[in-house]
Amino acid sequence: MAFLDLSQLNKSFGPNHVVKDFDLSIAQGEFVSLLGPSGCGKTTVLRMVAGFETPSSGAIRIDGQDMTHLRPNQRNIGMVFQAYALFPNLTVAQNVAFGLKVAGVARAETQTRVDEMLALIGLPDLGGRYPYQLSGGQQQRVALARALAVRPKVLLLDEPLSALDAKIRASLRREIRAIQQRLGITTIFVTHDQEEALSMSDRVVVMNGGRADQIGTPFEIYNTPATRFVAGFVGTLNTFQAVVTDPATGTVTLGDTPIALHRPVDAAAGTTVTLAMRPETATLGIGEPGDVVLRARISDVQFLGAIIRVTADLGGDSLTLDTFNRASTPPPDVGAPVTISMPPAGLVVLVA
Amino acid sequence: MTASPRPSAIAGLAGRWIGLAPFVLFTGLFLILPTLHIVIGAFRGTDGEFTIQNILDLNTPTIRSAYWVSIKVSFLSALLGCLIGFAMAAAMVLGGVTRRIKGPLLTFSGVASNFAGVPLAFAFIATIGPAGLITAYLRTEFGINLRAYGWNLLSTWGLIVTYLFFQIPLMILIITPALEGLKREWREAAAILGATGAQYWRMVALPILFPAILGTMALLFANAFGAVATAIALTGPSLNIAPILLYAQIRGDVLGNPNLGYALAFGMIVITGLANAIYIVLRFRAERWLK
Amino acid sequence: MTKFLAWTAILLGCLYFALPMIGMAEFSLSMRRDAYSLDAYRVVLADPRFQATFLFSLAMALVTIVFGVLLVVPTAVWVQLKMPRLRPVVEFITLLPLVIPAIVIVFGYIRLYNTSGWLPLTGSVTGTNILLMFGYATLALPYMYRAVDTGLRTVDVATLTEAAQSLGAGWLRIMATVILPNVLGAVLSGAFLTLAIVIGEFTMAALLDRPAFGPYMQVLGANRAYEPAALAVIAFAITWVCMGLIGTIARLSKHKGA
Repeated sequence: MAFLDLSQLNKSFGPNHVVKDFDLSIAQGEFVSLLGPSGCGKTTVLRMVAGFETPSSGAIRIDGQDMTHLRPNQRNIGMVFQAYALFPNLTVAQNVAFGLKVAGVARAETQTRVDEMLALIGLPDLGGRYPYQLSGGQQQRVALARALAVRPKVLLLDEPLSALDAKIRASLRREIRAIQQRLGITTIFVTHDQEEALSMSDRVVVMNGGRADQIGTPFEIYNTPATRFVAGFVGTLNTFQAVVTDPATGTVTLGDTPIALHRPVDAAAGTTVTLAMRPETATLGIGEPGDVVLRARISDVQFLGAIIRVTADLGGDSLTLDTFNRASTPPPDVGAPVTISMPPAGLVVLVA
Repeated sequence: MTASPRPSAIAGLAGRWIGLAPFVLFTGLFLILPTLHIVIGAFRGTDGEFTIQNILDLNTPTIRSAYWVSIKVSFLSALLGCLIGFAMAAAMVLGGVTRRIKGPLLTFSGVASNFAGVPLAFAFIATIGPAGLITAYLRTEFGINLRAYGWNLLSTWGLIVTYLFFQIPLMILIITPALEGLKREWREAAAILGATGAQYWRMVALPILFPAILGTMALLFANAFGAVATAIALTGPSLNIAPILLYAQIRGDVLGNPNLGYALAFGMIVITGLANAIYIVLRFRAERWLK
Repeated sequence: MTKFLAWTAILLGCLYFALPMIGMAEFSLSMRRDAYSLDAYRVVLADPRFQATFLFSLAMALVTIVFGVLLVVPTAVWVQLKMPRLRPVVEFITLLPLVIPAIVIVFGYIRLYNTSGWLPLTGSVTGTNILLMFGYATLALPYMYRAVDTGLRTVDVATLTEAAQSLGAGWLRIMATVILPNVLGAVLSGAFLTLAIVIGEFTMAALLDRPAFGPYMQVLGANRAYEPAALAVIAFAITWVCMGLIGTIARLSKHKGA
């Protein structure tokens, strides 16, 4: 039984249809990311859940209760905004206590809850400070405490890390996830950063043009992208055009080289499909038995430290692959001929 | 026994100050010195000795009433100017009134806030003076005699209504950026935390705006308190307010004591100075929050 | 509901601002009993005292602007380049004319610079005119300084000056060719605001007994009915033109910057 249920959500601003037939069910305690480029509708979905936008059609249910037409202040939802939206005229403690105060919680209980929340975010001594006296990372943690203080049913995070430095971003990422798991709170996280989405979430929704292109675990999204958009947006990707020769056995032709995928392909013989491959799937030299083997010439070598990124020319198509650095083996020379091999399972066929 | 600075250092210092010499000379001679002359004069007797008698002598019915009426007019025109200007600016920025109104309204405010003095008085005489457009219209069309209802343009309320013509626009000009500085996220954060619109205004928006509003009110107060031309053109020398009394004193020593005139002017400086000090302090507080 | 209240506030406010404008315009056209006419304007414009006082105030404004620019621009540049630590002090002094009422300042002038003082400016017509001009420059100081200072902050004066110096330019040349063009917009804004303030100024001119436009309007207002309304329309138009020009300048310099 889904705890948070979005069904057939649509939203139009005038002629712009920004969210199209959006369905999503989230279990209690689950952390789900909405991932996509700006303008893909992810923020609009979040704002509809919060109640700042009314869906043109569709329904929002939380814990069995229809929320679609409730006002934001009736929904009992916590939200953290991209720009630190702390109230500048209130201290940290007063900010955290805000939701409790408007709810009429008794003073003593408010005090206890505020202390508890400040301890939770690791800033127990900053209650008396004003927001302008805090760093960006501290402000965002206070914003999280403020959102959680009212014990909301759902937590919404609207790109909460994008205004912060890279270092703070990484540490706050782990911290938010830890707090979310400790409290077991159902969370929707909106981001355009695939690394954030993959590292924090139980499930990721990749959005494109107002639709959910794929919903799945980070492992599924990364390894078996459902569409060319998902494959391209999440991680680095090689794509090749290949022609299907036998759909039943899964044989395609890349240039002149036949490739056996050992699984059926959902396309007629003679049609062109896209083969997608992650850079870390291929290896230089002869691999395992049954691997697809291609001959190529090295066109570029980038030494990135732990990883060496090699670009090879397949006679027209170009292919990028990552190999681990080994102190014993120097990187290959540009212009050298190489053999590249990869397991057939690492080649994803994208029909769409 | 300090060592004397090297000549080149002195020359360097003098060289740096020389660029400020025209400014120092000008403001010294035509701003600071004349003001100091008044302030010192206020504490001097007829033979040049120090005394606070002049200040004590301000306590006559005429002068007391002049200050009181001035303060009343300035305070009420500042208060009403703040309230109405705030309502208009809020309506423009937050009220969902068409965006297209903003440009024209701000331009007009720029003009109207500088349209003070004699012509402003004429405009109001032509409108709600004894023979003004509205007065005549109400009398001929509806048989309403404004005068019978106690309306008189040449009174404190007439002065207040006229002053509002530059007070309201000044408020609009100053408070509009402050209203636009209210972030949408604050309103949304308050809403999602369960606050109603009224709670948001009471607990967040108004406290944030409060220093700016109160500070602007102090500024408007000083603005009205020093206004001479509008009052004289509107009422002639008949209305007893501090600037007009001072005007008459400068022209013809109506108080019969030159040093009392200094004291009168000194009192005005103290009042506008206080109002501006409040303005500066509140402004500083408002900006600190929004850093 | 909110929208209704908002519209009410805007419409009532606009009504308050429109009525005096309409009243003043209507009155100025009503000199002839039976029909609207421009008679009041004709009478005013033909009045030699109107011409004389208007030209006097216009000339006063121009001299004040020139003096103000020559005083404020070098000072603002100097403070920014050489003594940035003094900036708050200078800024504070330039704001003082907003605090001290004009009538108090001119009161000080009259007592300080009269014929028995050490600098008897009020003893001669030229001296009094100069004193009045200084008074106007004082009134305009806050606006002029703020405009120029803001303009300077948007260009990097220090770098521009060093670049010019490294190319061998002297101070006068730097002022004329590097700094002035860059703050021209700000200077023009300050100039038009000064014009709007000076042209109808009453208190200082009246107390120094100069034949300026402000006191002329006041005297006319005390004795005539329709002509003052025509004067008010003219004065309003001048203010509007000045503010319109300031707005245009602001837009133009924004375009240039973008």
